[in-house]
Amino acid sequence: MNTMTILMTIVSTTLIYASPLIFTSLGGTFSERGGIVNVGLEGIMVIGAFASTVFSISFNETFGAATPWLALIVGGICGLLFSIVHAVATVNLRANHIISGTVLNMLAPAAAVFLTKVIYDGKGQTPIIQQNMSTTDIPLLSKIPVIGDIFFSNTLVIGWIGILLAFASWWVLYKTRFGLRLRSVGENPEAADTLGISVYKMRYSAVLISGMLGGIGGAIMSQAITLNYNVSTIAGQGFMALAAMIFGKWNPIGAMFAALFFGFAQSLSIVGAYIPIISGWNDVVFKVAPYLITIVVLAFFIGKSTAPKADGETFIKSK
Amino acid sequence: MSKNWKSRLSIPLISILAGFVLGAIIMLCLGYDPIMTYEALFTGAWGDPNSIGETLRQATPLILTGLGFSVATSAGFFNIGGAGQYLVGWLSSIWFVLSFPSLPGVVLITGAIAAGAIAGGIWSGIAGVLRAYLKTNEVITTIMLNYIALYLSNWIVKSFLANGDADYSKSIPQSASLRSPFLMELTNNSTFHYGLFIAIVIAIIMAFVMKKTTVGYEIRSIGLNSDASKYAGMSTKKVIILAMTLSGLLAGIGGAVDGIGNYQNILVLASTPSVGFDGLAVALLAYGNPIGIVFASLLFASLKIGGLNIPVVSNTPSEIVDIVIALIIFFVGASYLFEYISKKMKTNKSKGGKA
Repeated sequence: MNTMTILMTIVSTTLIYASPLIFTSLGGTFSERGGIVNVGLEGIMVIGAFASTVFSISFNETFGAATPWLALIVGGICGLLFSIVHAVATVNLRANHIISGTVLNMLAPAAAVFLTKVIYDGKGQTPIIQQNMSTTDIPLLSKIPVIGDIFFSNTLVIGWIGILLAFASWWVLYKTRFGLRLRSVGENPEAADTLGISVYKMRYSAVLISGMLGGIGGAIMSQAITLNYNVSTIAGQGFMALAAMIFGKWNPIGAMFAALFFGFAQSLSIVGAYIPIISGWNDVVFKVAPYLITIVVLAFFIGKSTAPKADGETFIKSK
Repeated sequence: MSKNWKSRLSIPLISILAGFVLGAIIMLCLGYDPIMTYEALFTGAWGDPNSIGETLRQATPLILTGLGFSVATSAGFFNIGGAGQYLVGWLSSIWFVLSFPSLPGVVLITGAIAAGAIAGGIWSGIAGVLRAYLKTNEVITTIMLNYIALYLSNWIVKSFLANGDADYSKSIPQSASLRSPFLMELTNNSTFHYGLFIAIVIAIIMAFVMKKTTVGYEIRSIGLNSDASKYAGMSTKKVIILAMTLSGLLAGIGGAVDGIGNYQNILVLASTPSVGFDGLAVALLAYGNPIGIVFASLLFASLKIGGLNIPVVSNTPSEIVDIVIALIIFFVGASYLFEYISKKMKTNKSKGGKA
């Protein structure tokens, strides 16, 4: 492979592996900015991956080429519905956020495989989807010399949408009234409450947004990468998205870049064999890197003050 | 303590009941027969000596990972890393035995368990040190350490312990195994081994340590109020590291005991071992009480082993078992629900009385 092809392959695979992480980590950012710790992202991704796959298999003849895009929407909706469990538990029932998130992670794979067996005659995994989300050239942009070839040819459009969404999320969180309110219930819910902001409502929105984005993230996994649903479709990506959110200091744009970086680490484990210096490195280095880097960054570079102040605290409205 | 044992027991029991009832409702809605399924579950777990042996074997690592989780929780920390600590314990025990296969059995077994304990202790100790000195959130570090353990272990098994290109290590010599012909005969050739007795003894020791020793007192007081403990002259840093290390040490023993008792080798795994999160579930259900953990482990082990019998007898997918476990933990975590309901019922009653 020459340098150009290597570069094109790295950029393209980076974006493919980063896309699910970008969406899910943005979801995590919304949830935690609103004060609800969401370690259940993994479970939410499972539901998104499962639901989108079932949709795709059932309706690919009806919707044709539009199927994968609709499947992402279905994944997002089902992720949102599933995250209601987390919202009810943490906001209304005063459950510990970590326990509730862990319940999501235990419940989702069990429910998804259970339903797979119900729908597909007892088989533990779904059939392969017919219409997958494939890489394409982005019109106009891909015509730019060199840059167009590297970044916009043979690329995953949803990945670019994710990158744009990160900037949009930043705008929503930091430049809109909704964002200010959302952050205020994550920093100081008591103060927000005295100002007449409905803490419960804002926290519900925060969790449901994370459910929708996590569901889309999971759906991208099954629509673009694994092409079916089985137990190992989602194997740690939710936790990696959580890591990306922290690495990005609970900031949407930071989370997006962290997700891209983790996608890059994953792509190196695939493309690495063709790159002169690192071709001798063992695969395990790239697999461990995202997690190890997160610990190091979290321990040495991110102060305790970075997380929203009331993140993980249950708010009980006084009567 | 004895005054409110009834209320302490009531929430877990109601949660278990609610979990099973909701599981039954799900089955009914999808057209499966819940009674037949639960019957299959029960006979699969306790129906004959072999199933009993398997259930007891399954409970063994759950007791230890559950105890591990609860020690950290007593100190106010969430050690989500049980899976990783169990895995490094498992790996180290097998690695130790395979490195010195000719040593006498007693040395091999104690050495393997010690190796697992040390490895698990170091694994969670990392999170403890980071927490104590840099205030790094232990939930995140232990989650990340789970995946580091998974990939490192897979790599070590593949590169150093496997024969050729196999996805599993060589088996350990019979002398290092916790299984015995006597136990196998007793349970009709099940995989039941002496690990259960080790786990129960450790549970009793932990009950004593947490309630009756200075160390246990310090761990619990840090969990209740770390500022007050500091003011009272305790070294919070030392206690944090101690509690986290002890926590992983127990999970590591769980891995070692399961390794030399149940598996007899180590495999390349596709995902982090579920025993870690099941241990967490066990500890939550038992509210961290060591003896409660033994019973909660038996319950979840029954569900897991009984679940294997479900597809034999009925057409219900066996994943219903994991759904029920998750629901039980949901109700334990959201126990305010029951408080709320009982409060509502009381106020309704008093209102009725007035009118």
